[in-house]
Amino acid sequence: MSIRIIKAGVLDSLQDMGRYGWQYLGINPTGAMDKFSSKVANMLVGNDPDEATMEIHFPASIFLFEQTAMIALEGADFFASVNGEPIPSSHPCIVNKNTLLQLQQPSNGARTYLSVKGGFATEEWLGSYSTNLKAGVGGYNGRSLRKNDQVFFRKKNDFSSLLGEKDFMILPWHTDLKWEEDEEKEIFVLPGHEWERLTKRSKDNFLSTSFMITRQSDRMGYRLNNIPLEMISEEEMVSSAVSFGTIQLLPDGRLIILMADHQTAGGYPRVAHIITAHHFKAAQLKAGDEIYFRMTDQRTAEELLMRQQQHLLQLQNACSFKLEEFFNQ
Amino acid sequence: MLLQYSYSIFPLGDSAITIDFGNKVDEEINKAVLDLFQTFKSKPLYGMIEAIPAYSSLSIYYDPSRFKKNILRGKTIQEYVIDETEIFLEQQTSIVVPESRIVKIPVCYDDEFGVDLNKVAKATGVDKNEIIQLHQERSYRVYMLGFLPGFSYMGKIDERIAMPRKAQPEAVVPGSVAIVGQQTGIYPLASPGGWHIIGRTPLKLFDPNTENLTLLNAGDTVTFHPITKEEFFNLLA
Repeated sequence: MSIRIIKAGVLDSLQDMGRYGWQYLGINPTGAMDKFSSKVANMLVGNDPDEATMEIHFPASIFLFEQTAMIALEGADFFASVNGEPIPSSHPCIVNKNTLLQLQQPSNGARTYLSVKGGFATEEWLGSYSTNLKAGVGGYNGRSLRKNDQVFFRKKNDFSSLLGEKDFMILPWHTDLKWEEDEEKEIFVLPGHEWERLTKRSKDNFLSTSFMITRQSDRMGYRLNNIPLEMISEEEMVSSAVSFGTIQLLPDGRLIILMADHQTAGGYPRVAHIITAHHFKAAQLKAGDEIYFRMTDQRTAEELLMRQQQHLLQLQNACSFKLEEFFNQ
Repeated sequence: MLLQYSYSIFPLGDSAITIDFGNKVDEEINKAVLDLFQTFKSKPLYGMIEAIPAYSSLSIYYDPSRFKKNILRGKTIQEYVIDETEIFLEQQTSIVVPESRIVKIPVCYDDEFGVDLNKVAKATGVDKNEIIQLHQERSYRVYMLGFLPGFSYMGKIDERIAMPRKAQPEAVVPGSVAIVGQQTGIYPLASPGGWHIIGRTPLKLFDPNTENLTLLNAGDTVTFHPITKEEFFNLLA
């Protein structure tokens, strides 16, 4: 009925699609950094796509399954293994009781999502199971996972008859729909309300140079090491709402991209916003990676989002069908 | 009546918009924003996920998947949402000023808690006791909550004690009462903070286990009164 943390990872926490409706109280939405991968991980095991998954960073926890389970890993490939044998990501997989799941450093990407069929039994707060690390509520006791933590599954699924003596079984289908497949390196943005206040040179700079993600980056935001950008006029701004993907200009001329744990409001100039369809791309960047921006328009942003949603729906249907077929055989 | 204030509506990324009444700290405009917020809360716009009130703006997050092509008639979803919002705003006639509460906050301004008091005195040339006096002799409006769960942006403080933000944020203890510019606020949680700490309250500004979640709401009127260290520790229980 549970998974136990044998060794704690640097930041593994339960996240879903975020907590909306409470930002007027300063309660920031949190949620998965790469919501796309979290949904896919869920679909692979037949879960509701918005179910909470375990968001895992490197170095990752070592997990012990205290019960058989159907799982999937989606996001960056962490070269997972069960009892030392490699298992692929993007595939549903059934693991046996008392097996160890270990993950290594990804060569590409920053985070991966572990789903379990039936979902994790965790603390709901204000309609979401996401961990609000700042407030210390939601998910697993409002914090990231530590050694000896026992995270329960909501459903008891006994797959022992399918596994026999085997440690695990990889189910024979997978998704190609992943973030890595997207060839375009550039991340599309839309102009922010204060975009026009940038000098021409700074605007050109923003769109023609790549910027490195510095180590001062985390779930709250990524700080970039750009050449300082400048505004035509310096005007102190009163605080107003911001969102995931908002790119702000800090007083020292450097940029910060707001990510999943962003505060609800801010007073720094909003230079641009990453389009929703590309949030998952940004979410797989890590310190040392380069980011390239390309300006697009609202129509394109909406079309790309719609297309993404359609692909996800198709995947969900395909997975449901495959799972049903598998269990009926 | 709302339209006596000029406003603009602009995009906040591809799935949200902001109704902006200007870059101002203005009580009347803030009342209009909160009224609008309450209106949307009780009668959400189609496809709205939530509304977020700020000093002089109200942002609306919406779910693009709720809008089907046939109602858009060639517009982008965002254009459609902006148009619908404008129509809605034009129909608003009167402002219903929400009932405002008065909340009294006990503060211990002892040196141990008001860690930046001496710095503020030095920077402003205002004597420490006078700073404390100036802080607690007027009432403040809660303009908005943000930055942290339950963090209230309150104003306006006396100009004589206006301080710029700290160049580098410093660690702050929950309950810390702080000032910056025209504003005063209370940190509900431990956090790095750029405002100057002048005291501490034993009250809980944010409690996830309560129905109200936060002690303060936008629109509240707040006053501060001084308490001793003993009273502080008694109230802390």
